[in-house]
Amino acid sequence: MAEPLIYELSRAGCPPFPLPDPDVPLSELPQGLTREDLPLPELPESEVVRHFVRLSQLNYAVDIGFYPLGSCTMKYNPKINEDAARLPGFAFTHPLQDPETVQGNLLLMYELQEWLKEIGGFAGVSLQPAAGAHGELTGILIIRAYHLHRGDKQRTKILIPDSAHGTNPATTSMAGFTMVKLPSDERGNVDLESLRAECDDTVAGLMLTNPNTLGLFEEHLQEVIDLVHGCGGLVYGDGANLNALLGVVRPGDLGFDVLHYNLHKTFSTPHGGGGPGSGPVGVCERLVDFLPGPIAAKVEEGDDEMPPLFGLIMPAKSIGRVKAFQGHFGVIVRAYTYIRMQGAAGLRAVADHAVLNANYLRVRLHDTYHVPYDRICMHEFVAEGRWDDAPQVRALDIAKRLMDYGFHPPTNYFPLIVHEALMIEPTETETKETLDAFARAMLKIAEEARRDPELLKSAPHETPFGRVDEVRAAKQLILRYQPESQG
Amino acid sequence: MAFIPHTEEDRRAMLAAIGVERIEELYQAVPQEVRFPELDLPEPLSEMEAAQELQALAEANVDTQHFACFLGAGAYRHFIPSVVDHVLRRSEFYTAYTPYQPEISQGTLQAAFEFQSLMCDLTGMEVSNASHYDGATALAEAVIMAMAHHRGKRTRFVLSPAINPQYRQVVRTYMQGRDVQLVGDDDLDNDGKSLTELVDENTALVAVQYPDFFGRIEDFSLLGEAAHAAGALFAVVVNPLALGLLKPPAEFGADIVVGEAQPLGIPLSYGGPYLGIFTTRKQYVRKMAGRIIGQTMDNRGQRAFVTTLTPREQHIRRERATSNICTNQGLMTLAATTYLALMGKQGLRKVAELCYHKAHYAAQSINALDGYELWNQGPFFHEFVVKCPRPVAEINDYLLEYEILGGYDLGRDYPGLENHMLLAVTEANSRDEIDDLIQALEEVARG
Amino acid sequence: MEFPADLKYTENDEWIRLEGNVGTIGITDYAQEQLSDVVYVEVSVSVGDTVAQGDTFAAVESVKAAADVYLPASGKVLEVNEGLADAPELVNSDPYGEAWMVKIELSDPSELDALMDAAAYEKYCQERSH
Repeated sequence: MAEPLIYELSRAGCPPFPLPDPDVPLSELPQGLTREDLPLPELPESEVVRHFVRLSQLNYAVDIGFYPLGSCTMKYNPKINEDAARLPGFAFTHPLQDPETVQGNLLLMYELQEWLKEIGGFAGVSLQPAAGAHGELTGILIIRAYHLHRGDKQRTKILIPDSAHGTNPATTSMAGFTMVKLPSDERGNVDLESLRAECDDTVAGLMLTNPNTLGLFEEHLQEVIDLVHGCGGLVYGDGANLNALLGVVRPGDLGFDVLHYNLHKTFSTPHGGGGPGSGPVGVCERLVDFLPGPIAAKVEEGDDEMPPLFGLIMPAKSIGRVKAFQGHFGVIVRAYTYIRMQGAAGLRAVADHAVLNANYLRVRLHDTYHVPYDRICMHEFVAEGRWDDAPQVRALDIAKRLMDYGFHPPTNYFPLIVHEALMIEPTETETKETLDAFARAMLKIAEEARRDPELLKSAPHETPFGRVDEVRAAKQLILRYQPESQG
Repeated sequence: MAFIPHTEEDRRAMLAAIGVERIEELYQAVPQEVRFPELDLPEPLSEMEAAQELQALAEANVDTQHFACFLGAGAYRHFIPSVVDHVLRRSEFYTAYTPYQPEISQGTLQAAFEFQSLMCDLTGMEVSNASHYDGATALAEAVIMAMAHHRGKRTRFVLSPAINPQYRQVVRTYMQGRDVQLVGDDDLDNDGKSLTELVDENTALVAVQYPDFFGRIEDFSLLGEAAHAAGALFAVVVNPLALGLLKPPAEFGADIVVGEAQPLGIPLSYGGPYLGIFTTRKQYVRKMAGRIIGQTMDNRGQRAFVTTLTPREQHIRRERATSNICTNQGLMTLAATTYLALMGKQGLRKVAELCYHKAHYAAQSINALDGYELWNQGPFFHEFVVKCPRPVAEINDYLLEYEILGGYDLGRDYPGLENHMLLAVTEANSRDEIDDLIQALEEVARG
Repeated sequence: MEFPADLKYTENDEWIRLEGNVGTIGITDYAQEQLSDVVYVEVSVSVGDTVAQGDTFAAVESVKAAADVYLPASGKVLEVNEGLADAPELVNSDPYGEAWMVKIELSDPSELDALMDAAAYEKYCQERSH
């Protein structure tokens, strides 16, 4: 089943990929600066194609089946998005072209900024951040810059609930802040007493994922936000779970000051096996001048005869650039296409059906799998993958066994506040039949766990590869092709 | 309601199972006064209509397939073989998530392992991660890594002024919350030799670009030695395509090699998504941020690949992680891997040489024109600087009429380089295009 | 799970064995079991360093966790177990023996008075297992 490495398929002296000969006089190559050896593989085109097609067949993907990976919003990726991003007028424009030559790109960026502002309830948006975690860093740097600009220098703490994704605390450290962890209460909300005890004039802000990683809408959201605002802090929203809120509520209306959007989750752009993503940041009025840039702007209003002129501008007190150029434009085109096809009613229907699907699966499973915070959820819920009468079986074994039934497993071991967590997010693009088939597989696995636990412990059986030895990988640390050590 | 498959009957049955009558009842936890806002968005389009609108937007641009492009400055127009996009369009690759479940992600994992191997081969370094967002953020991560390597005790970072100005801006953005000094890039005259004088016992990192922002190629051996003598790390920002021809930075002592791999089969796409590369020495592997793929075995005795060294990463180390990176540029690494596999040993060298020869032909021809002067001294790769007789913006406006996208206006970033244009020439520029450029430049000089 | 009676324990699951004025330090059986297979140990202090109670002196990694290891007492580093770098699995197989990490000359042995004895530590571990 294993596919050779591209290096192992190499044949020395293979005729090279055809390229034209130089049509200019040759110049002398720089002395002492050229390399002697270029140890790249040599393959014919046909073998290159077969290699990568065979590799592709070793993957599971949304286009193959159900992928209920919690907090990752693995929805169907419309194919028109792919075609749109590849239109020559988009794909072959240089990022440093004169704005007058890229009015189509700038109009598209401007429109998407406006739409994201409207969807999130914010006064300004920058499309520059490359991914969710990058948007987080951007947001926290904006909060920092805001306080410093006001001469408010003693604010060194960022408050983060214990259910948060690991990027939140890591972001805090990167931006030079100290993290303070807030416990959750028995209903999975931020514990208000602990929050109150931390709220003082050293708080720069709170990072909050809402709905949280349990899939629950914070029940005391208004108190949480008021407490933080009351001590002069700002509230950062992790938009990883925005899918549940489209047209349902705007984070800006709830009092969030900053939020990052994940275009690759909420707005249907593909995950690409780990990226690229895109993590635009929206901010309230008082933070607009601190956004990273450049951002698209209308630099001259239009009239009856002339369309408006768009350009790129740097906000007045900007935290600076967070990456080269303007953002992941190719991803931005895909998200634009998606929102353009949904409209307001379509986006609301996305949230409705994401929440409907999650609750339906929750009730199909909650008699068999313990759901520790079992109430109406938003787009996802967290179950426990363990039973007292099947003591050997762990969430990991359930996850691996699901592969044999043709499903991608849910997220496991996250959030950290649930033991043996299985975090299930079905998304709105799945049919009832798919959810029913998944539920049947989960119930069957629960039976197998009692009857034949070894079947789970040794799963998966039907996949091209079995369980891999992570300890061996970490100890031997083979991180690149090494001819002598290949098995 | 695009892409939602539910029938009315489905909804009814599902709501009944949940025990509510209407979907609205699922939102009880959402504060009522702000629930269900009217979003002011344009009316939805069908796929046919959306395709037309997008086509019109795309056609409102001038693109590098219709105009000759001599603009570089960190993003380059190269020929991309058809195979690359055919591989990227395999939806088994592009609709997969991060490979958390290795048993059903070996395609992504092995391709990323091959990418790491290719980056090591190109740069001459020992280990590579599976990518950063772009060259600029990869450099910022190198700065953070050097800081962590010195446990925060060294706070000085020496940057060459010939590193892409946007990259240096990004480093400053990333470091604004840290108590550090970024020095050396305020004086355009700081070259490899003069930067050595800025390296002291408090220096955590020295960073240069190769070929530099102006296209120049310099052997940084002495600077690397000076950095090491002071106990600092030495980082080099590269264009990996140039390494098809040039000596790899490992040969002059680099500890970290970062760069922008857009030239390896990734379209310009108005600035992204691109591909940040990060390679280093094996001894620093645990200080390197980002996802790393390692080789192992599965329980059936097959060679397999898996993400490894994950305890360095944010999801385990949380506030003690040195970087928050999670999503990377997965699909873009597949583009670069496919491109390099196809070009191979001979092809990449040939592309690099074509760039070199064409750029030199263009530079010499422009230098021979009245009013223009080549600013570069010494060897360069495929970019060069020309001192112009008129402001760059004026010249570029004129070139546009000839369907030519002229070079980058260096006066935007470097006081003292007003009227200096940075031009890039690649294998994708034909001799006709270059000759048209030369003729147009000659005309515009005459006024 | 073992809780040797001659050791003192910390809340972060380090142990220290006092012999004369010299303390030998490592991580406990409970800690290694929580981490599962240890794949990497890095001791970040050197012989001769003056160190303080509570300082980080080592990092231990398994495939699913990373733990910083803190000094249970202040003093001067006398010896570092260089062998662990090549044999991190010793932390799993012999946490109180071959997997000792550093030896220090204590500057204030009374610091150990505040640490847990074996019985208290065993109770502390049991409480956390629920």
